[in-house]
Amino acid sequence: MNDFSTAFGTAFSLMINLDSALVEIVGLSLHVSLTAVLFAALIGLPVGAAMALFRFPGRSIISVILSALMGLPPVVVGLFVYLLLSRAGPFGVLGLLFSPTAMIIAQTLLVTPIIAALTRQVIEDLWNEYEDQLRSLGAGPARALPTLLWDGRFSLITTILAGFGRASGEVGAVMIVGGNIDHVTRVMTTSIALEVSKGDLALALGLGIILIFLSIGVSGTAFLVRRMAEQRHG
Amino acid sequence: MTKHLSIITMLIGMIFTSFSHTTFAASPYITVASTTSTKNSGLYDYLLPEFTRQTGIDVRIIAVGTGQAIRLAKAGDADVLLVHHKSSELAFVAEGYGLNRLDVMYNDFVIIGPASDPASIKNYDNTIEAFKSIAASKAVFMSRGDDSGTYKKELSLWQQAGIDVKSHSGTWYRETGSGMGATLNTASGMGGYTLSDRATWLKFSNKGDLEILVEGDPTLFNQYGIILVSQARHPHTKSTLAQTFIDWITSPDGQDLIDRYRIDGQRAFFANARPKIQ
Amino acid sequence: MITHKRHGPEILPLELIDVDYKAGGQRLIKDMTCSFNTSRRSVIIGPNGAGKSLFLRLCHGLLKPSSGSINWLGEGAQQGRDYITHRQAMVFQRPVMLRRSVVANIDYALSLKGISKQTRKDITESVLQRTGLRRKADHPARVLSGGEQQRLALARAWAMTPEVLFLDEPTANLDPAATHAVEEIITAIHGTGTCIIMTSHDLGQAKRMADDILFLHRGRLLEHAPVAEFFKNPQNDLAQAFVQGELLWWNRGQGSRNRPHKPKQNQHNNKQE
Repeated sequence: MNDFSTAFGTAFSLMINLDSALVEIVGLSLHVSLTAVLFAALIGLPVGAAMALFRFPGRSIISVILSALMGLPPVVVGLFVYLLLSRAGPFGVLGLLFSPTAMIIAQTLLVTPIIAALTRQVIEDLWNEYEDQLRSLGAGPARALPTLLWDGRFSLITTILAGFGRASGEVGAVMIVGGNIDHVTRVMTTSIALEVSKGDLALALGLGIILIFLSIGVSGTAFLVRRMAEQRHG
Repeated sequence: MTKHLSIITMLIGMIFTSFSHTTFAASPYITVASTTSTKNSGLYDYLLPEFTRQTGIDVRIIAVGTGQAIRLAKAGDADVLLVHHKSSELAFVAEGYGLNRLDVMYNDFVIIGPASDPASIKNYDNTIEAFKSIAASKAVFMSRGDDSGTYKKELSLWQQAGIDVKSHSGTWYRETGSGMGATLNTASGMGGYTLSDRATWLKFSNKGDLEILVEGDPTLFNQYGIILVSQARHPHTKSTLAQTFIDWITSPDGQDLIDRYRIDGQRAFFANARPKIQ
Repeated sequence: MITHKRHGPEILPLELIDVDYKAGGQRLIKDMTCSFNTSRRSVIIGPNGAGKSLFLRLCHGLLKPSSGSINWLGEGAQQGRDYITHRQAMVFQRPVMLRRSVVANIDYALSLKGISKQTRKDITESVLQRTGLRRKADHPARVLSGGEQQRLALARAWAMTPEVLFLDEPTANLDPAATHAVEEIITAIHGTGTCIIMTSHDLGQAKRMADDILFLHRGRLLEHAPVAEFFKNPQNDLAQAFVQGELLWWNRGQGSRNRPHKPKQNQHNNKQE
């Protein structure tokens, strides 16, 4: 396959020349996905932890729904956000459709269930280990929640990374709500889709290779942070 | 503790620096709902910077199928509609969603197929006969199968040929449900025939052994029209800016630029806006 | 001596009346009635599965009895649930350390009690010194050795200035040197006027540490007596057998007060975990 060698060549020449269009696209990709993951973590971490710590009616139903939402196709989330943000939709007046904000909203919806469901697992395991001690010290579930989130921080980094992986790799949602507008809402994945539709498979694959490097960079950094911290804190 | 804080600060920093890459410039912009074929042809990349330079207005293109573009505009999510399916466009205006449809330009459709040409349609000058021949030989034909202007055109050609393609769906007649580029990719991979607009074909890089087999038949004429989305219907639309764009693209300046656009040295679009009457 | 003092009215004595605890359809604690008074050291002994840990957890309030009642009779018990909780502390067989430094582990426990930052610092300093952990103050708690972790657990409990300290087999996983250090700390805590209630499967430790012995078997309290009396002349035949190092074995399904039998051939001494 000639496309493969061309793709690597394309990827490296794009990276080495710091192609300005590429820098813009990579920057927007990181901006959208990191912001979405940040919001998803702000929502998902406490929700997941609360699911693990509190017993309330409907808890198991919510739990099943959360797990199911983990596998939600990005296109469906995209469509859902599209209908909400369209001028004809309930939040149309905000004029957010086809903007990076819309993409962040869609990806936040996509990532939150993953972070919440995985957080729930992490915190449940921790609570099993800590419950007697914390209750003995006078900390009930409510007081234990922030403590456990902090103590589970190394495992939760992996959880957040899983969320970032889903956000940065999806194309369905950002394509629909972002519209793949050049210089405004074009990100790595929508660029790849565009190049595929133009039949420029080498360039598409080249962008894909850069996306892989980005992912490796982000998860590698997180891995190192986790290892260093674990060595320090046991 | 401080270490973690610094990591968090770094992350937040990353998020904010990435802001600077996005052009949240205060410059005014309009949103144009258009088709993948026009977008993929590269015409906008060539045309729009000149318009922005002259007027300071950014144009954001949402490239989807004609049907989807029309729905976008009906929902008020675009200021201008630029597509290629005249009857749908006229209906759009008649229903009160848009004002005054104007011709902008045309190009033409071509029948693409493998060089081996199993249905022997090369050099047919009659498209309908070529379609009949494809159906008769049951050669693979890749259809867009979406809601695009190209697909609507293709269906009308089958109808004129008297062939009920729906009954062959999944056999020799295969609907990709995707954009022109994706459909060309599939045709290239399966060695099938397909109907494409000329601009997308010229710009398409993964041709493989596909080539143009039928062209030049007047039936394959592909007219693009532009419509201003009605501000009476959608008060938030940027009617004035949008009208500036429509005026410009139909003006001698804009029309001249369209005529001068070349893909690999070949002319892709023919400007044909008539002077405004209303 | 230790710089911080307990304030406020006492919650002791502690009284259990007909306490039953059921889990999974089984009665694990049966008809438990007993009481504990200020400043005594009680050691609970009995074979594995006797319900020693459950008993501690019930007393400490981590478990609710299925029937019967557990009451704090002191004047302080009027001040409510939180007050009662903060008058007690518990050290577990396997210490639970938060993923933070030694100092932060103690500081966290004190902050739950609502103690001001400066006072927390003084108390932490003091208990670390008394448990010999000062040099480890800034180490992550989880990288300490088992013995050090148990000492930290004791320091954390001590910092709470409990009126009652529960300890669940605090030396079960420790070598003799570490065991000795832990016993010394427990003695010192008792010296500050804290009631000690601990479980142990080590009869030597029971002799060294106890004022009173409680002998549990199959969820029942069979004997509650001052230590000298218990070891000299146990009233209950099961307790007698246990003290003599015999295995407690009886036919399943029969009443729990049957005579003990000699161990069967392949069984090992059950004093070892």
